[in-house]
Amino acid sequence: MKTKLRLFLVLAGLAALLSGCTTVQPWERATLADYTMRPDRDPLHNAMFEHMYFSCEAATGGRGVGGSGCGCN
Amino acid sequence: MSYTAKIITGLALGLALTLPARAQVKAGQPFPALSGHSLEGTLPDITGKVVLVDFWATWCAPCKASFPAYSELQREFADRGFILLAVSIDKTAAPYDEFLQRFKPSFRTVRDGAQKLVAEVRAPAMPTSYLIDRRGIVRSVHSGFHGDATLKTLHEEITRLLEEKP
Repeated sequence: MKTKLRLFLVLAGLAALLSGCTTVQPWERATLADYTMRPDRDPLHNAMFEHMYFSCEAATGGRGVGGSGCGCN
Repeated sequence: MSYTAKIITGLALGLALTLPARAQVKAGQPFPALSGHSLEGTLPDITGKVVLVDFWATWCAPCKASFPAYSELQREFADRGFILLAVSIDKTAAPYDEFLQRFKPSFRTVRDGAQKLVAEVRAPAMPTSYLIDRRGIVRSVHSGFHGDATLKTLHEEITRLLEEKP
């Protein structure tokens, strides 16, 4: 009986989790399309983030710029 | 049926019910009636007309970019029995009104604020336009707006549909 109860609880939990998955339909994307959702909306934030990135990774210009941080250019 | 099989069947049924039941409206299928979807604005009489129903939103850049091209289509074909109906899916009226006041389109626009019509046709992208023949059958579906390429295709298709006998 305990095994059956455990199986039921596991499957019920799985069903609850899976049914929570949804696809945002194209007509429901107003919030996602908002300007505030853009990762590059704040130039200062970008500059600070880049500074932290190259400080951590020692890879100046390593993001989207040719030559990476090897110093060979 | 064993206890385990009953549980699995029940859960599978429950999951199946959570999946979207409706399918997209495609070419060859009738377009749903415009009335009965609580559209805000005056609906044109589309009986016996070739109609382009375009779903758009103020938050969708390509949608707004399509307006000059659609105005051009409307101007060219209006007197031959063509109607362009732009259906906004904006939930709130303010950005919709503001955009229309600024742009002043030459074609008819309505707002599907409750998003009932767009959910019924299940538009695959924003914008999506449905070209409907004089019998109310969808003849082509255009996802997105790709500038001159879309305009050229629509121009050819509308011309062909207008030449068909009712």
